[in-house]
Amino acid sequence: MRAERGWVAPEVSDEFPHLGLYVLAVEARAGRSPREVRGRLAAMSDRFTGGRAIQLRREPVPWAYRVFFRQIGLDPDERRTPPEQAALERMRAGGFVSRGLVEDALLIATVETGVALVALDAERVRPPLGIRLARPGERLGGDGIELPAGRIVMADERHVLAELFGKVAPGRGPGRRSRRLLIAAVRVKGVPEMSVEEAFWTVAEVLGQGR
Amino acid sequence: MPETIQHHAQAAAPVTYPGVELPQVDERAARRTLLDQIARLEGELSGLLCAAFPRNGLDCRVRARGGPRILSLAELERVRDDLAARAQDNRRRLSERLRVEQRNRHRLEQMLLDPAAHKWERVTNADIGEPGCKQWHVLPRFGLLGMLMGWWRVKISSGCPLPPGRGPRPRPLAPRS
Repeated sequence: MRAERGWVAPEVSDEFPHLGLYVLAVEARAGRSPREVRGRLAAMSDRFTGGRAIQLRREPVPWAYRVFFRQIGLDPDERRTPPEQAALERMRAGGFVSRGLVEDALLIATVETGVALVALDAERVRPPLGIRLARPGERLGGDGIELPAGRIVMADERHVLAELFGKVAPGRGPGRRSRRLLIAAVRVKGVPEMSVEEAFWTVAEVLGQGR
Repeated sequence: MPETIQHHAQAAAPVTYPGVELPQVDERAARRTLLDQIARLEGELSGLLCAAFPRNGLDCRVRARGGPRILSLAELERVRDDLAARAQDNRRRLSERLRVEQRNRHRLEQMLLDPAAHKWERVTNADIGEPGCKQWHVLPRFGLLGMLMGWWRVKISSGCPLPPGRGPRPRPLAPRS
């Protein structure tokens, strides 16, 4: 398993020198999670209490994302960071709900490591992936909604794939026919490289259980 | 208000003088400092919220600036100022709350020492900043008789009500004959 490092445009890396994008290619099929994965989610739900959800913002990795959100003009209490969003959904639903193998793999990795992850269909994007600012008139996914110029986005060679920490453009995420996925991790200042690696290992391990 | 906005807009516009070239100001150092200050304040705010748990009423929200994007120096300053104001406000609220809880703890002690002097008074876990639903209630022993005789005691509730569960298990369908 070898993750590749994506590019970060100079205008972004000047401001956030520690910002990085890591991409891992994995073979996987979307579909229902096997019993072991659902069992793991249930065990994780039991371990994850309200107190832990509150204290999450003091843990180094989720806190690093909160800080980065503030620095890029987002309010992490309005638009939640990925680990906090997972915790909030756990509290609302009373447990981590299984939503399919790929989603579950990302959820398990995010809860266990705190790292923000995105899955993309490898056939529908053209690597290398990177982070840059949106250009005037640019659209999400090439034909989606128009993005305001200057938004920090994740992009491939041709199109904007997603706003940073936002939803993936329609058709670029994993679908029923996806066989190969790209898992992208956004690393910000304060997130150790080891956490990103651990997140990738977790994703690969969970997806491996679905084969 | 519109005048103020206009005033700011004018102030932000670069002033040019014929024949004089203004040096390009490198904002990077100022931006770094602001980013670090935002990180420190966010840590402080998170710490306050965690320290306050299980109390609620603290607000950590700071207006979003239409991100994700690279904020201007003025916007970074505003985020920093908002965070600082929010942290200060939360610190004040928390210290007020702690003072009230301290008073309630003292009242509870007095209730336990002399229930008759605190008839019908009630202190809950929330009043003293503790999690759970426990409460101390000064009630007369043996109802009306205790009231008339002055037999007062502190009754401690048995905690949170049990969850209602999912209801009765559905009955199996009767086998078809």
